Amino acid sequence: MPKVTKEEKKTNIISAALKLFSEKGFYVTTIPDIAQKVGMSVGNFYNYFSSKDILAKELVMYISEYLGENIRLINEKDISTEKKIDEIVSMYFNMADNRPEMIEYFLRVYLSNREVFGNGCEGMICVSAFVTELMIFFDNGVSSGELQDQDFFSAFGLFMGYLGGMVFLFGEKILPEPLNSYKKSISTNIYNALKAR
Amino acid sequence: MHSKQDKKLKILWFRGVTCNGNTHSFLNLPHLEQLLNRFEILYHPILESTLSLVEITKLKDKCDIFIFEGAYDPLMRRNEVLIGDIVTHYAKNAKHIIAAGSCASFGGIFKASAPQRNSGLIFNEDVEYGPLQSYKDRVINLSGCPIHPEWLSYVLGMILNKKEIEVDSLHRPIELYSNLAHHGCTRNEYFEWKVDADNFGEKEGCLFYKQGCRAPMTHSSCNKILWNNVSSKTRVGTPCFGCTEPNFPLTNLFSTKTNMSIPKDVPVGISKRSYLTLTGIAKTFYIKRLEGKLIDYKRDN
Repeated sequence: MPKVTKEEKKTNIISAALKLFSEKGFYVTTIPDIAQKVGMSVGNFYNYFSSKDILAKELVMYISEYLGENIRLINEKDISTEKKIDEIVSMYFNMADNRPEMIEYFLRVYLSNREVFGNGCEGMICVSAFVTELMIFFDNGVSSGELQDQDFFSAFGLFMGYLGGMVFLFGEKILPEPLNSYKKSISTNIYNALKAR
Repeated sequence: MHSKQDKKLKILWFRGVTCNGNTHSFLNLPHLEQLLNRFEILYHPILESTLSLVEITKLKDKCDIFIFEGAYDPLMRRNEVLIGDIVTHYAKNAKHIIAAGSCASFGGIFKASAPQRNSGLIFNEDVEYGPLQSYKDRVINLSGCPIHPEWLSYVLGMILNKKEIEVDSLHRPIELYSNLAHHGCTRNEYFEWKVDADNFGEKEGCLFYKQGCRAPMTHSSCNKILWNNVSSKTRVGTPCFGCTEPNFPLTNLFSTKTNMSIPKDVPVGISKRSYLTLTGIAKTFYIKRLEGKLIDYKRDN
């Protein structure tokens, strides 16, 4: 049986912690719960993360880097900004379908427990990989003349607030249709709201 | 037998389309007299010279150092002689050719006024073009609007001492133009923490985010070799206009061009992705000392 590397064990912890935090909540979930789910001792867990708060911050950075890397791949494609919006929406909704714990964690833990993230994870510190890539997306869109020049946060809020809201409704089982069936209309709405005129 | 005067290198300073700003700037060199005493001024439009304009336009003489100020306009004449003939004659025989200022280097403001006609001596902005292509290996571009007097003094001093002057791809001496105008700016701490100057003329705050400052994208030693030995644009609250770069002059010099609040241009040699990552994190922090007047903070703390 191949030996599990330290890096793989760390990824396993991240995966298990994301699921537990998003299902049970941040405060209810304990380190023994996480260690048990991964199949390691509590003592060994501390070799990877020295506290629950540090793990919580690492998880935000993990999600931010995952999103950032995926948006970067889309940014680097030689396609129109309208098509990039389609692809970002698809990527985000696929992530919500396939790894719901990542977006659940972001919405229900990161955005709802600011006291945990206030020290060392405030502002852009833990989410810069993701936000930077959206800045590149908007900058490219305006430079190419496809998007309207406007305040960054107005555009960012419209784009990500919309997607986050839809995933939240999906998580609450309020949406009558599967998430994927909204991709086209949402992409079109975002493009229409942001396009140059 | 030659006199001592004959052994001095001969400078000929000629004007194209110019405001004479480089001449005026050069006159502010503190050691101008000592420097010029080591040369013979064959001709200069303002300084005492050996020959008159009428004499030099006969194209019978030669100079060692040919300094050209202003944009090159192929239709321009001086004393009825086409400027192209004058420039070619003196450049052909000179050991060194100096384009003094951004107009002579890249076309500058007077190229902007007649873009189809005017250019620098060997460049039209950053494209090789102009009357001295055959002699380009001898051309040193001292861009700037105007040049700093010390920059010309440096070049003349190097020539006097028979030192080689290494130049960049735009023929600017790298010893003067490897710096950015940003280097030595007294506002650097505000740049580090991304604290803007909200209003024109404020002593505190960085001018890069709103006021149009081009210093992080401009090759120049303005904040290292100070103007009049005491100051620079950014030190007194005026943004750098990027006057040493081939794309000078830009428009809307007092406002930063942005795309969705993101600077269109970022510091030389830094990817926009890296710059935005750093900026986003730096902007997260609120540093009270940098938010108001430094004097007020010091009084209260």
